[in-house]
Amino acid sequence: MNPSQNSTSNYYRALTRKMILTVIIVSFAPMILVSGVIFDQFREFYKEKVYAHLRVLVRKHQRTIDSFLNEKMSDIRFLAKSYYFEELRDATFLQQRLALLQEEYDTVFEDLGVIDARGIQVAYAGPFELARAKYSEADWFKKAIGTQYFISDVFLGLRGLPHFIVAVRQKYEAEHWIFRATIDFAFFNNLVTSIRIGKTGFAFILNREGELQTKQLFDILPSKEIYMDLIRKGKDSTEDVHIFEQKDALNKKNIYVSAFLKNGDWLLVYQQESADAFADLNRAQYIAVIIFLVGGIAIITMAFVLSRRMVNRIARADREKEMMNQQVIETGKLATIGELAAGIAHEINNPVAIMVEEAGWIQDLLEEEEFRQSENLDEFNRALKQINTQGKRCKEITHKLLSFARKTDSRKQQVQINELIEDVVGLSSQRAKYSNVVISTKLEKDLPALQASETELQQVFMNLINNALDAMEKKGGTLEIASQLNGAHIEIDIADNGPGIPEANLARIFDPFFTTKPVGKGTGLGLSICYGIIKKMGGDIDVRSVVDMGTKFRIRLPLTRSAGETGAEKSLKGFDLH
Amino acid sequence: MAKAKVLLVDDEVPFVETMTKRLTKRGLEILSAFSGEEALKRLKENDNIEVIILDVKMPGMDGIQALREIKNSHPLVEVVMLTGHATVETAILGMKLGAFDYLMKPCDMDLLMAKVTAAAMKKRQHEGKIVEARLKEITSRMA
Repeated sequence: MNPSQNSTSNYYRALTRKMILTVIIVSFAPMILVSGVIFDQFREFYKEKVYAHLRVLVRKHQRTIDSFLNEKMSDIRFLAKSYYFEELRDATFLQQRLALLQEEYDTVFEDLGVIDARGIQVAYAGPFELARAKYSEADWFKKAIGTQYFISDVFLGLRGLPHFIVAVRQKYEAEHWIFRATIDFAFFNNLVTSIRIGKTGFAFILNREGELQTKQLFDILPSKEIYMDLIRKGKDSTEDVHIFEQKDALNKKNIYVSAFLKNGDWLLVYQQESADAFADLNRAQYIAVIIFLVGGIAIITMAFVLSRRMVNRIARADREKEMMNQQVIETGKLATIGELAAGIAHEINNPVAIMVEEAGWIQDLLEEEEFRQSENLDEFNRALKQINTQGKRCKEITHKLLSFARKTDSRKQQVQINELIEDVVGLSSQRAKYSNVVISTKLEKDLPALQASETELQQVFMNLINNALDAMEKKGGTLEIASQLNGAHIEIDIADNGPGIPEANLARIFDPFFTTKPVGKGTGLGLSICYGIIKKMGGDIDVRSVVDMGTKFRIRLPLTRSAGETGAEKSLKGFDLH
Repeated sequence: MAKAKVLLVDDEVPFVETMTKRLTKRGLEILSAFSGEEALKRLKENDNIEVIILDVKMPGMDGIQALREIKNSHPLVEVVMLTGHATVETAILGMKLGAFDYLMKPCDMDLLMAKVTAAAMKKRQHEGKIVEARLKEITSRMA
């Protein structure tokens, strides 16, 4: 590959790249923008929906739990207020109360107890042996004695099991006493742990210190900071339910929904992994990404294919343009050669004319009496005749050259195709002789004139005949040229019996720059120019060839409505170009 | 009397010389000129020239130009054009400008003689007709 070809192929490669990039950018930019905006909006919307759902859920449970606690509190309060201290101090009576309560509320109430101001449980009803237990140091007792109603945090207490206490303070003979009930932890726990959504959604309760108040189904890491953070944020928040997303210690994003219970003592927390909560959204996202990727691949493939095709077409157009330029140059060259030939022909014509005239003069003189008797008279006459004949031959050659080389233009004129063919054959006959080729013509007489450019047609026949002669150069052969009228067309066959054209090449012979001749011998333009000229005239050229049998070109030229010969041409016919 | 009085115009001196000899031998009276300008001068000097054999391609004033001038000043003189190469265009132009005929160099002597005598005949006919017309005019005036 030479450097110029290299640079043009680089040029086309750069062009392809540019087109691909443009197509990709132009197609992708709107796609990314639109899908991005829509998806973002959708995500926001979906998030809102999930949040709203969670908020409602948590709020509902907050109410349920709060009302549960309030209910238990009011049950105990009712009991405490309904009976006197003396009555409740009686363990059997207390046992009866508990039995009644348990009958009503199942096993929610685990036990009942009455504690005096010194923290001694004076009466107890329940499954444990806690009568006379001392609570004076217990945290819950200290708090409970200081307020009218009290619900404790969950603690292990004396029995060593998690539970919490509902207590009511009453007064008896100027001293406080406390009526308390233990709430079944399992039952309460159920209230919270029953909140289960998706795979990872669960709820729990924290006290103010961030300690868990419910039992967990999952091992959640005791990440206190997050819980303390939840409490702090919950307090700051003006809403009753607070939602936020945060990463946990395992670096997983979680949604936390929190709501205060028990007048802010406890915090109900609902926790779910974001990925789980937004599973639907993520699936949608996944599908969208797949569609985007498939679409993207389609666009990129299209960009590649289209650009390639486009650039190939451009390259072909460029090549055609190049060929046209070549053709113009070729025509220009022909014109120059034509002028040169015309000049030379004219210059030779004059001396030849003089020679012939001089010979004629000698012949004139030989007719005088004094030369009549000369023994060499016949010989003189023969020589002069020969000079005359050869002069005429020169004249014929120069005339043909002149008529061929006459201004190479593409102006249309009346063309007698047979005369034109004979002219070209005449010019090629010398070459044919050297190549040992016999050219024979079979021209139909009185063919109508064609409206065409004579020079261009000459070029066509010159090319075809030269090609045939080139093909038969080694072995010789015959070249037959026939013309005939066929409807509104004149058909001209140019058939040789040379080596033929292999089928593989047959389809390409009219392509520009296609040549089988050695480098430097042919431009590969001849037949493509012929093709161009014939097509321009509205005609047709096709080729049939059999290897080792020969090649036959057939040209069909349309007859245009000929205006007939003009008067001037008629009168000229007798003496011009005889 | 010579068959015709002919002016031969060509820039090739040897051609003119030989042609002069050959045509004279065939009974024509030949005057010669080697350029368009000279031809016009000769024509002015000898107004009894009947036919001009004129080469188309000459340096200076060429045949077509000379033909125009000749037809302008001596419309009755017949001109036979002679050229090295015939193109339809120049032929048509020559005929349009009133040339009698058109021949290619080198030309056949017999053909040339035929053309020249025919041209001379035509010229004499024309002159005869003019004389006749004049006579008619004069006689009609006298009558």
